[in-house]
Amino acid sequence: MINSRPRGRPLLRTSYAQDLALLDTPAKRWWTAALLVLAFALPFLLTDDLLQLLAVGCVAAIGAIGLGLVTGYAGQVSLGHAFFLGIGAYTAAALSGDPDGRVIGFGVTDIALWLPAAGLVAALAGVLVAPLATRLRGLYLAIVTLGLVFIGQHVFNEWSALTGGAGVGRPAATLEFLGRPLAVTDGLGTRDQKLFWLMLVLLVVFAVAARNLARSRIGRAFTAIRDRDIAAGVIGVNLPRYKTLAFAVSSFYAGCAGALLYTVTGFFDPGSFSLLLSVQYIAMVLIGGAGTISGAVAGAFFITLLPRLTREMQAWVPFISTQPNEVPNVFQVETILYGVLIIVFLIFEPRGLFGLWVRARAYWKAWPFSY
Amino acid sequence: MTELIESLLRGLGTGSVYALLALGFVIIYKATRVISFAQPAFMLAGVVAVTYLTPTVGFWAAVPLAAAGTGLLALGVERTAVRPMVGRPAFVVAIITLGVDVAVRVVVNAFIGLDVRHVGDPWGLRTLAVGPVEMQQRHLAAVVAAALLVAGLFAFFRYTRTGLAMRAAALDQEAALAHGVSVGAVFAVSWALAGGLAAVAGTFAAAGGSVDGALWLIALTALPVIILGGLDSLPGAVVGGLAVGVLQELTATYANDVAWLGGNVSVITPYVLMLVVLLVRPYGLFGTREVERV
Repeated sequence: MINSRPRGRPLLRTSYAQDLALLDTPAKRWWTAALLVLAFALPFLLTDDLLQLLAVGCVAAIGAIGLGLVTGYAGQVSLGHAFFLGIGAYTAAALSGDPDGRVIGFGVTDIALWLPAAGLVAALAGVLVAPLATRLRGLYLAIVTLGLVFIGQHVFNEWSALTGGAGVGRPAATLEFLGRPLAVTDGLGTRDQKLFWLMLVLLVVFAVAARNLARSRIGRAFTAIRDRDIAAGVIGVNLPRYKTLAFAVSSFYAGCAGALLYTVTGFFDPGSFSLLLSVQYIAMVLIGGAGTISGAVAGAFFITLLPRLTREMQAWVPFISTQPNEVPNVFQVETILYGVLIIVFLIFEPRGLFGLWVRARAYWKAWPFSY
Repeated sequence: MTELIESLLRGLGTGSVYALLALGFVIIYKATRVISFAQPAFMLAGVVAVTYLTPTVGFWAAVPLAAAGTGLLALGVERTAVRPMVGRPAFVVAIITLGVDVAVRVVVNAFIGLDVRHVGDPWGLRTLAVGPVEMQQRHLAAVVAAALLVAGLFAFFRYTRTGLAMRAAALDQEAALAHGVSVGAVFAVSWALAGGLAAVAGTFAAAGGSVDGALWLIALTALPVIILGGLDSLPGAVVGGLAVGVLQELTATYANDVAWLGGNVSVITPYVLMLVVLLVRPYGLFGTREVERV
């Protein structure tokens, strides 16, 4: 009985498997269960517009997890996430598009086909970029990936047969599974309720996969590269191979997130994939807490809900206007908040929202001697 | 032939603007080992300050005033957002400057508002003709201003005590500190210089046209420039800036012959050039090769 613990000693670990377990303490198991139950019950508690926002949050979280893997775990700064999101979005939209429509379409409407395809095409793009990434470090890499965003935006803007052209756009991928539409209002629930459940399930799948990757040999190689790449190379981590892998996995996540992101709103144009999108994802990872999956998820929801929060805040801060042509308006406040929050978190709590949680946890664990 | 020479001259004009911006990036990088993504915001702030100052004090007084003001702004940012981060990884500081950029630009954009603003430069779109070749005066002015500023900067680094201190701190911070150089002051001077340069560059970028929020994209073009020239090389920044400017104007002139490239391909040529150069030389054309000691 190697894997068992003595009764009443839930924190005692007697095997490596217990040490590596995803939910290694009873408290984590209870919290996760409670959170999951609450999340799946949310569609009965919230209104449809909030659910739609949370569905977007789930998708953004998938993208943020991807960026977290390459930037937070492997330490390779990527400002090019918007590029990979775009590739995924257009692959999915083109695959599931109407073959007789205005823009390229192949009529493969099943999510089980276009979602992996979008991820794989984006991952392929990631692998193509990787030769540059493996040769460069730190800030050089950041600027090169920033260049990718600009090149990508140019291609998306000009290739109007695929993207519909700047300012026009095209419909996003259709949500169908085995010939059945997934997101329509019927007896079972409204469109937004179903959307939320779908995205939540996908988020759980992607998040668990990422956690498993992070605690595997590959994940440890990533963190070794992040902490000191020369040392990692010396102890036998194949740097080019693992950096390429990090970019491929991250781009796969980005591709899937991009493919799903616009199914919620149903329409998107090439202008979406700008530097600001990349900055938003960087903000999600950093505000949530770099190098943690749950942090990336928390950050994604935080950033997605931020516009809504500033609009609600407007009721208490009357000098902020909701009209886009007045100063200061909610849109400006929102953008400033991105910037300021990044700065504040990096200076005062580099571990992000996850760090705040760790602090709170440590406080109560040691209570009443928490000094 | 005339077309070629004219686009070359235009390229030198825009290239000078890039060179000035790139110098700002390199100065900050050499002092603090950080790429400041806040430079675009400083440039925009400088230009907008010029548009507000020109009607009251005139263009020639407005530019130095705006440059000084932007320098002070950069100094403030360095003090509040960057100084507390000394010793933290360069990437973290770079992301902080990205946050500064986003926040400052929103404020500056609010000052631009909805009306068309001009820097009120004396050149406009007038041209200067030498034989069959025509050159816009604003491009000539940009070249002259950049040449003067670059000469001034190099003299400053070469002959003044502060310049010497800055070179020392760039070479080895601890050794400089041990010799009594105030590294904090070097940081401050670097940021202020970079801010001022950005304001001047922005003014020339906006000369002859109007100021709008999209102007910051020009400042981002300085990023491929510094990568091209090497992050820590001042001559590299100048050469890279001119090269990128010329290449961009040449593509703008001749890209129409290649239809599949699409319109406005010249906007992304700097980035493409950067990717190509980095594949061959990962430390840019003039950058110092990083040697890691274990």
